[in-house]
Amino acid sequence: MQIQVNGEALEISEDATLNDLIEQLQLVGKRIAIELNLEIIPRSEHASTRLKSDDQVEIVHAIGGG
Amino acid sequence: MMSELETNDPLVIAGQTFKSRLLVGTGKYKDMAETGAAIEASGAEIVTMAVRRTNLGQNPDEPNLLDVVSPDRYTLLPNTAGCYTADDAVRTCRLARELLDGHDLVKLEVLGDQKTLYPNIIETVKAAETLVKDGFKVMVYTNDDPIVAKQLEEIGCVAVMPLGSLIGSGLGIQNPHNIRLIMEEANVPILVDAGIGTPSEAAMAMEMGCAGVLVNSAIAGAQNPVLMAKAMQKAVQAGREAHLAVRMPRKAYASASSPLDGLISK
Repeated sequence: MQIQVNGEALEISEDATLNDLIEQLQLVGKRIAIELNLEIIPRSEHASTRLKSDDQVEIVHAIGGG
Repeated sequence: MMSELETNDPLVIAGQTFKSRLLVGTGKYKDMAETGAAIEASGAEIVTMAVRRTNLGQNPDEPNLLDVVSPDRYTLLPNTAGCYTADDAVRTCRLARELLDGHDLVKLEVLGDQKTLYPNIIETVKAAETLVKDGFKVMVYTNDDPIVAKQLEEIGCVAVMPLGSLIGSGLGIQNPHNIRLIMEEANVPILVDAGIGTPSEAAMAMEMGCAGVLVNSAIAGAQNPVLMAKAMQKAVQAGREAHLAVRMPRKAYASASSPLDGLISK
């Protein structure tokens, strides 16, 4: 199925969880935060949150800024 | 000997105390090593950062800002830079809170246009209301309008941060009279955010009685950022001590410093 991650289309297996997505994107252990369809999904719920087709995911991290 | 004023003069924001009144940003540095060195040299305890989309599939081993500016050592202040609507600013703050494990101190800035990065006050007020209700401790970037500053305080912002001049301009404090008017009415810390270009301008803000200053471009944009960070630290400290010491009165005419008695000629 296809989902949108940071504005780009991404193929991911059916029934994948947010943890699976993090693994697929090689972001395991990185300091990130995830928003799924405009809702923050706490880290503790990444393993139990299943993705569905056309989900909009935002993955952010900290960068330099003033 | 250090006086009581020097030793016991913390900056208090939302009940948390800080020794340093210089807040620094982490933008515009050459690399992470320079960022870390300049932040350390500044002696700052509150350090701003931005929240951005993670690059997907590129440089998985890229150094992370939080590795050089550790949340264990510094009080991180995530900003909403680049947001032009209240909704985007609120979303960014919620992402930052999740990113930093529930940390709720944020720097709210909602911008009006790209040319001036001037704050959009209507959107700033909307975002401040939502964030305060949502439990955030909001330090808010605003213009130098005393009425707006007071309203942001009344909404519940924990600090109000008027601009000295445009973000990244290095033009100093263009309207010190307004900053004074804001401070006269304020019951929360007033920090000058944006526009500081040199240590003398930071010292001026502190002499006027500002609770602190937030500096990024003036350090990152110097030819030697680490040296400039040290200079800013000294300037903020000097300006604060001068404010506490209370300056001499201005006089229209000369007043001799040496005694007039005992001159060898009359």
